[in-house]
Amino acid sequence: MKFTWFNLMPWPYLPDDFREKNRSVWVDIDQSLFDPVKSHEVYNTYMDLLEYASTLGFDGIGVNEHHQNGYGIMPSPNIIAAGLARRTKDVGLVVLGNSIALYNPPVRVAEEFAMLDCISGGRLVAGFPVGTSMDTNFCYGQIPALTREKYAEAHDLIRKAWSEPKPFAFNGRYNKLRHVNIWPRPIQNPPPIHIPGGGSVETYDFCIDNTYSYSYLSFSGYIRGKALMDGYWKRVAERNAPDTSPYRAGFAQTILVADTDEEAERLYSKHVSYFYNRCLHVFAGFADAPGYRTIKTIQTGALSQYAPVRGWGEITWKELTEGGHVIAGSPETVRQRMEDLIKSLRVGNIFCLMHVGDMPKEKCMYSTKLFAEKVMPKLRGLFPEYADDGRFWCHPIKQVTPGSLPREAVAAE
Amino acid sequence: MELKTVATQHVPVRYYEGGNGQPLVFLHGAGGLTGEDPFPHALAEKYHVYAPLLPGYGDSEECGELRDMLDITLHTLDVVDALGLKDPILVGHSMGGMIASEMAALDNHRFSRLALIAPAGLWLDDHPIPDIFSLVPYEYPPLLFHNVEAGAALMTQGANFDDPEWLKDFLVTNARQLGMAGKLLFPVPERGLSQRLYRIRAKTLLIWGDSDKLVPPVYAQAFKKGIKGAELAAIPEAGHMVIWEKTARVVDALGRLG
Repeated sequence: MKFTWFNLMPWPYLPDDFREKNRSVWVDIDQSLFDPVKSHEVYNTYMDLLEYASTLGFDGIGVNEHHQNGYGIMPSPNIIAAGLARRTKDVGLVVLGNSIALYNPPVRVAEEFAMLDCISGGRLVAGFPVGTSMDTNFCYGQIPALTREKYAEAHDLIRKAWSEPKPFAFNGRYNKLRHVNIWPRPIQNPPPIHIPGGGSVETYDFCIDNTYSYSYLSFSGYIRGKALMDGYWKRVAERNAPDTSPYRAGFAQTILVADTDEEAERLYSKHVSYFYNRCLHVFAGFADAPGYRTIKTIQTGALSQYAPVRGWGEITWKELTEGGHVIAGSPETVRQRMEDLIKSLRVGNIFCLMHVGDMPKEKCMYSTKLFAEKVMPKLRGLFPEYADDGRFWCHPIKQVTPGSLPREAVAAE
Repeated sequence: MELKTVATQHVPVRYYEGGNGQPLVFLHGAGGLTGEDPFPHALAEKYHVYAPLLPGYGDSEECGELRDMLDITLHTLDVVDALGLKDPILVGHSMGGMIASEMAALDNHRFSRLALIAPAGLWLDDHPIPDIFSLVPYEYPPLLFHNVEAGAALMTQGANFDDPEWLKDFLVTNARQLGMAGKLLFPVPERGLSQRLYRIRAKTLLIWGDSDKLVPPVYAQAFKKGIKGAELAAIPEAGHMVIWEKTARVVDALGRLG
């Protein structure tokens, strides 16, 4: 099993009446709610928490990309990952990921990922999301019906930029480059690639055909996620993939551990409520620009999680924990539910969402430590037959050192 | 009106045909065109009407090869050719007006008469056009109609948001139609037309609803300024869907083109 400690980096100061007074946490969120001076501490605390997780035996620490978003103040995950690369040693840097259709030219992503891989000593796990419609279409102006074509071209260009040993010309529809010759190049060739998806059949096939891991980043939890992951595994079989390694799949799950189930509710319920009732307050009109999702995908019923038919509404702790949106409780409760999740979805990569909403750092550390010490070790041994499957995880160099200067500057040869 | 098919270089194109008189080509807006829409029927009382559907609209085949303004302009010129029409009156509404403008600017000896009904295609920073791609259904009528209540009733005929199958069809139709429209209109409905308007030589009539809130009448002035000799027929008590709300008035106005 691979456990990645993940932080979406929510803005923790959304007001109590946020839902009533605002139409969306994303795209056109009120500028006056952001306070740059307060963000100094927020960013640094979040980076501290990621570093903290790296000391507790998590396999990876994870960051992702969102734009104009009150629950994800990380438009550039690479900046955060660069900071983490310098301050950690043994942990995978999971950048899940860069929305490659947004960058002109996308060789920028090939270069920055190469830099991250070099600085971290081969610890990069790279993610290539298409990006949500909010980010890709409404914030970054990509034409919905052309986004996937542009994404596919960006992918081909990045892979080629990483693998071609000589400068080459690239005559794409969206990118015309005479001299592609990225310098530096990544240590891992290529880094393991994870693709976050939301149920597109095309994305399943893309992962299967390229030996990429498919990640479902849902906030609806594993019980609802099962239908989607079943669809993925069905497709793996239909497409005659050589194996059904659980590392072909990943799942994001909100996890909160305390001494007892009661303590979990007492400590965490208000932060969970903050996340589900404020952070997920996305205007339905931004959920899915027409043309973003393919016809095939709509026909399979995979609709945006940001525009649920009932709306998120005021959802309670009981509903969230029983429905599996949130796995919370004593170490034993969490272990049982995690085992259920891992087995029923058949996922080898877990993206542990352990900082939730406006949770203060002390509580987050408490929950994280309990999970790392009392839950994670008991789940490690699942899927022993695939324990050696290294295709979907990073392979650092033997000696990862952050570099160091001599004590004194001396005029020596 | 009869729904027919004509072959083109790209995909077979579906078009409505009916009426007698001078040939007239009508290009629909982003919302599309159905056989029940009143405007083509009213046109067919006076003209021989051809109303092609942009690929992806109605039951027509989608065309991934059409990606941008030039592709779609040339494609629509191909359609006029394929229909065997010589100098038809070229009429376009909203997005169709944008395409018609581009056709008349690009192939500027082909058309002698052009009617643009609340066309898209220009952008004035002081008068931003609302983002139609982020609207939820109830937000459409106030933007599209002068009489919002009557407009809402027209738009929601047969709608049943509680029926999952209906909802799926609705989303598929939206993805097909507005997905295509997005190639011209997303995220800002402007593709450089202002630089090309001067090329239009056709006698041009602009038709606008006085209470158009989607493409407000200030845009009529911008088109008028850009196209030499263009005339404006302003229609009171009509919104962006002036062709639904004041169908007869629009057909009357077209008479000015001869």
